[in-house]
Parts: sequence; structure tokens; C-alpha cells
Amino acid sequence: MAGIRLSGVTKTFGGVTAVDDVSLEIEDGEFLVLVGPSGCGKSTLLRMIAGLEEVTAGEIAIGDRDVTDLAPRSRDIAMVFQTYALYPHMTVRQNMGYGLKARRTPKAEIARRVDEVAELLGLAELLERRPAQLSGGQRQRVAMGRAIVRQPQAFLLDEPLSNLDAKLRVGMRASLAQLHQRLGVTTVYVTHDQTEAMTLGQRVAVLRDGKILQCDRPQALYASPNNLFIAAFIGSPAMNLVEATYEDGAVRFGQFSVPVGRPRAERRFVLGIRPESFEDAAFAPGLPTIRVQVTVLEELGSDAHVFFTVDAAPVTAEVLEAASDQGLLPGTGALFTARVDARTAARIGGTLELAVDPARFHYYDPVTGDRLSAAGAPELVAVP
Amino acid sequence: MTARRRGRRLRQTGWNIVGLVVFVVMVFPVFWMISTAFKTDDQIVGEKPTWLPLHPTLAHFRDAIDRPFFWDDVKNSLIVVSVTVAISIVLAFLAAVALARYRFGGRKLFVVLVIGIQMLPQAGLIIPLYVVLARYHQVNALSGLIVTYMTFVLPFCVWTLRGFLLGIPKDLEEAAMVDGSTRLGVFVKILLPLMGPGLVATSVFAFITTWNEYIFARVLLNDQQKQTVTVWLSYFLGSSRHTDWGALMAASTLTAIPVIVFFLLVQRRIAFGLTAGAVRG
Repeated sequence: MAGIRLSGVTKTFGGVTAVDDVSLEIEDGEFLVLVGPSGCGKSTLLRMIAGLEEVTAGEIAIGDRDVTDLAPRSRDIAMVFQTYALYPHMTVRQNMGYGLKARRTPKAEIARRVDEVAELLGLAELLERRPAQLSGGQRQRVAMGRAIVRQPQAFLLDEPLSNLDAKLRVGMRASLAQLHQRLGVTTVYVTHDQTEAMTLGQRVAVLRDGKILQCDRPQALYASPNNLFIAAFIGSPAMNLVEATYEDGAVRFGQFSVPVGRPRAERRFVLGIRPESFEDAAFAPGLPTIRVQVTVLEELGSDAHVFFTVDAAPVTAEVLEAASDQGLLPGTGALFTARVDARTAARIGGTLELAVDPARFHYYDPVTGDRLSAAGAPELVAVP
Repeated sequence: MTARRRGRRLRQTGWNIVGLVVFVVMVFPVFWMISTAFKTDDQIVGEKPTWLPLHPTLAHFRDAIDRPFFWDDVKNSLIVVSVTVAISIVLAFLAAVALARYRFGGRKLFVVLVIGIQMLPQAGLIIPLYVVLARYHQVNALSGLIVTYMTFVLPFCVWTLRGFLLGIPKDLEEAAMVDGSTRLGVFVKILLPLMGPGLVATSVFAFITTWNEYIFARVLLNDQQKQTVTVWLSYFLGSSRHTDWGALMAASTLTAIPVIVFFLLVQRRIAFGLTAGAVRG
């Protein structure tokens, strides 16, 4: 096992820059997730680590070895593809043993290791089948098995769960986390799904237009996204974003005004509020409140999502269109989501008193999208 | 039965009849060729057509085989066909891999040329080809005919194999390379086995095209001893006022046998080859 070091890695296709001067240190045994919208360069970056794409500029090292110009087979890494890429003309056993055979491992050793991994992944019964005779989940496990058998320096996983149905995906996600814990192999995992990124990664690197915007622990990424794009991209339901102003000790957005303790230097900014920063006022005494008209109510049992409109133009920055995967409802107002206690008395069309915690507000520069101040800092709130 | 159901049944019957008519039109000449080959001369020229010879005779076959140069020309045909198909398939496979998997300048132009050349009328090429081949003493030689055949069999093979290759996901090759294979290893262990059906299907078409070719062989080969079977077959017609239909049909049947046998042998693999695009990891 070994760490992976990227220094100034760049890739251009013709005149287009797919990966732009990326430097990243992945520690030995770490599970790092590369996440971003499609076309952000995350797969290209992974393929460069694998040696399937040439590096235009920069260096890649695995362990102490500079592998920038080495062929894929000399890098001692294993890769799992989105399509699984199982060899259709070989049995599961042959698929899993292929890498070892290519490296001239003795036959008995191959059989022993394949059996061992098949046992670990519950594939023992399927070893003589061909990929066409397997279900999607089984194929996925064979693809994982083929990587594990090799005992490589690192695993590179390219959206390995995206071809599975939703339920299977959640199950496989947990299995992957377990596997990593058990094997402790350095893993680079590419996905466009922020939930996968948050649940699997020890660290998550958010990519956009070939650049790493932020690389941090999932909790840190969630608590203080350092720009508008990440704020909109990480979290489900997504963070509510709206253009807002600061005046006389209160933040104003649309028809609402919430007093904040600490005065702000900026007059105009983009305000971000996570859905869970709201609560039905009945269950959160002592916080400033706003009275909203409930447009949609989703009762999930554990909690409820209250949707309401804010009479302000939604943030239409180009950065958000790329980040949000939700269709925008036509209309002029911004649609906000609040996650409240399941016992809420809210009804569609009715009004609801919502408590909101200004200490958990996020502020972003409306032009650059950069974060304006550290979030999560405790603030004294004046109760109206 | 409702009117709608009856309508559907009628339409279905209609289509079945159309299908049957097409089948008969396609198959009848073949049937007539084979049955005539077994008829006696009286039955062939008789005013009342004989559909099935109840007392078949092998006389025409004996007659055909005994004609001069039959075995020479069969041998020539087999040499020309096997050499043309073998060289074409090997070269075409390599070219197709290059076209389907590598980026290089002029790739698009090359693909367009390969398909464009197929559009040229062959008749227009005969004279120029003859002149060129004559300059290199390749007229009246099997090697000259092989080169000529390759000018149209090779592009066809490149085109078809490229299609089969595009149906094989690139991921498979990349996975094998990451797994520890060299480019050559990937070619031998992954591409070749997966391309099997495609290679078989393509060689069948190449075989049939080459075996049945007549015009080039007729123009380029003068010596009866050096000709191919299709040319040999043509000598049955019009040599005098009388055409020996029985012998001609027997000879035609004999000529068709290799193609039919070859096709039957590989026909199951072709059916598989046609779905090769469905290969998914």
C-alpha cells in the first residue's frame, strides 16, 4: 500500500483543459472521494492516476515512485469501472485471476487468492459462471473482487455504484465502507453523487472545471463550504440560497427580516440557510422567527420538509445551475426548504411560524461566490 | 371474434402470404438448378416441365467433372479464395483496430476513402487494372487476380470489422491494461476472443464474394488451365448452337457446394456475431 501524490497535474484535450493544475496528497490507506458534476474532470483525473490518460503537465507519484510516464500495468493499481468491464468470455474465476495470471503468479497461488476473495465477497458459488449469467449486484462484486485479488498499492473506483438500482446502491455503499475498513487500501473514488461522497469519503475533494475547489473531511465540507458552488452541491435537501441585504442589525431576504447579533460589513451578499437550520417555532423556543406560507409539505415520518416561497429572485449564478440537480419551478420567487419536527402542525396552504438560527447562516460574495466569513461561529442572538 | 381481431388476423395472413411469395421467388432458381441437374435430357427439353426427377441421374455430374480443366480450376479457385481471405482478414483486423481504437491524423479521410472506393463501378476499373497488372507481368497469373480481389475485399473487411470492434467496450481493454497486460496481451487475450464471431462472419462474406467473382477472373486469366471455376462454368454456354443444360446445371450445383458447406459450418457463429454489439461487461 502507498499514498498517492499529485503535483500540478494538468490535462488538455486539443484546446480544452479538462484538469487544471491539480495538486493533492492522498495518504496511505486513505479513502478519498473526487466529486463534482459531469464534465468536471474527475474521471479524467482518475484515469491519469491509472495511466489510461497521458499527463499534459505535472507529476504523479504512487508511494515513492514517480509513475507519471509509466504504463498502467507498471503502476500496481487496480481499477473498477462504471461498466464493471468484466471480460465476457471468461468465467468469474478467470476474470478475478486475470491480473495475477498476467503477472505470472503461480497457478496454485492464484486459485488460493481467488477463493479467499470470493469467500469474502460471497461469490464462492458463482466462480464458474460467466458475467452474462450474473445480476448487476453480482457483477459489481466480481469487479471489486478482481481488484482486491491483486492486492495492489491502491484502488481506483470510477462511479462503481451508478449502474445499480437505488436500494442495492445503499447496500453496496455500506459494503464498500466495510471493505475499506478491513483492507485499509488507499482508495480514490469518483462519483457525481454527493451522498456517496459524504458517506464514503474520509476526505472529499470537490471538483469543478478541472480544479479542486475544496478538499476536506465531509463534516467540514458540509459545515463550512468555502464557496457558493460547494454550498449548493453538498447536502440533501440542498442549502437554500437567496440574494440578501444587511440593514440595521438584520438580514433581509424577500419579505423576511431576521435580526443577527454580529454586524456585517457587507451590504449585499448571497445568504445560505441549510434546511435543518429552520425548525417549527413550537419546538424551538428562543430563536428569531419568520411567518411563512406553506406551499408543499413532505412528511417523511422521521421529520417533515416544509417548502415555502421567498419573494426574491433565486440565485441564478451560473455556478448554481451546474451544482443543482433539481429542476427549478417556474415563478419569480425562490423556493425554500425547511426541515422541521415530524409533529409539526403545518398544513399545505396554511401559515407556519418557523424558528431560524442566524448563527448557522452562510454568507457568500454575490460576484465571486467566495465565502464571506467563517460559519458555525457561535453568535449571541438577540431574541425579539 | 370481434371485427378488430378479424382485421388483425387478415393482415397477418396477408403478410404471411407476401413472405411466402418472396421465399418462393428467392428459392425457386436454386431448386430448379438442382432438380435440372438430376433430370435426363428428355425431361429437360420436354414440353411438359418435370418438377421433380423421380428417377434421378448422375450422368450430368459425371459429364461436368470429366470436362477438361475442372479439377485444375477448382484448385485455382481454392487457392485464390483462401489466400485472398486470409491476407485480407489479417490486414483488415489490424487496420480496423487502428481505426476503431487509435486517434491519428487523416483517420476520418481514410474511413471515407475505404467506403467511397466501394462505390466505384467495378467495370470501370477492369481496363486500368489490366494495364497496370500487365506492366508487372501479373496478367494470366493467380497472384494478379489475388491482388485485384484484395482491392475490394480488403476495404470491405476493414469496414465490417471496424463495426464489430466498435461494439466491444473500450473499458475491457483498459481494464486488462490496468490488470497488467501489455497492448499485445490485450489484443491476444481480450480482443481476439471477443472478435471471433466478427472475424468468422466477415470471412464468410469475403469467401462468398471471392468464390463467386467472374468478371475480373474472365478478363485477367486467359489460360484455361489457370482459370477459376466461375470462368470454367461459362464455357458451358454458347460454345455451339446447343447448350448442354443438364451439365451446366450440374456444374453450377457443384460450384455452389463449397459456399453452402462453408456457410452452414459457420452459420451459428454468424447469428452470434450479429449480436456481438450487445457484449457488455
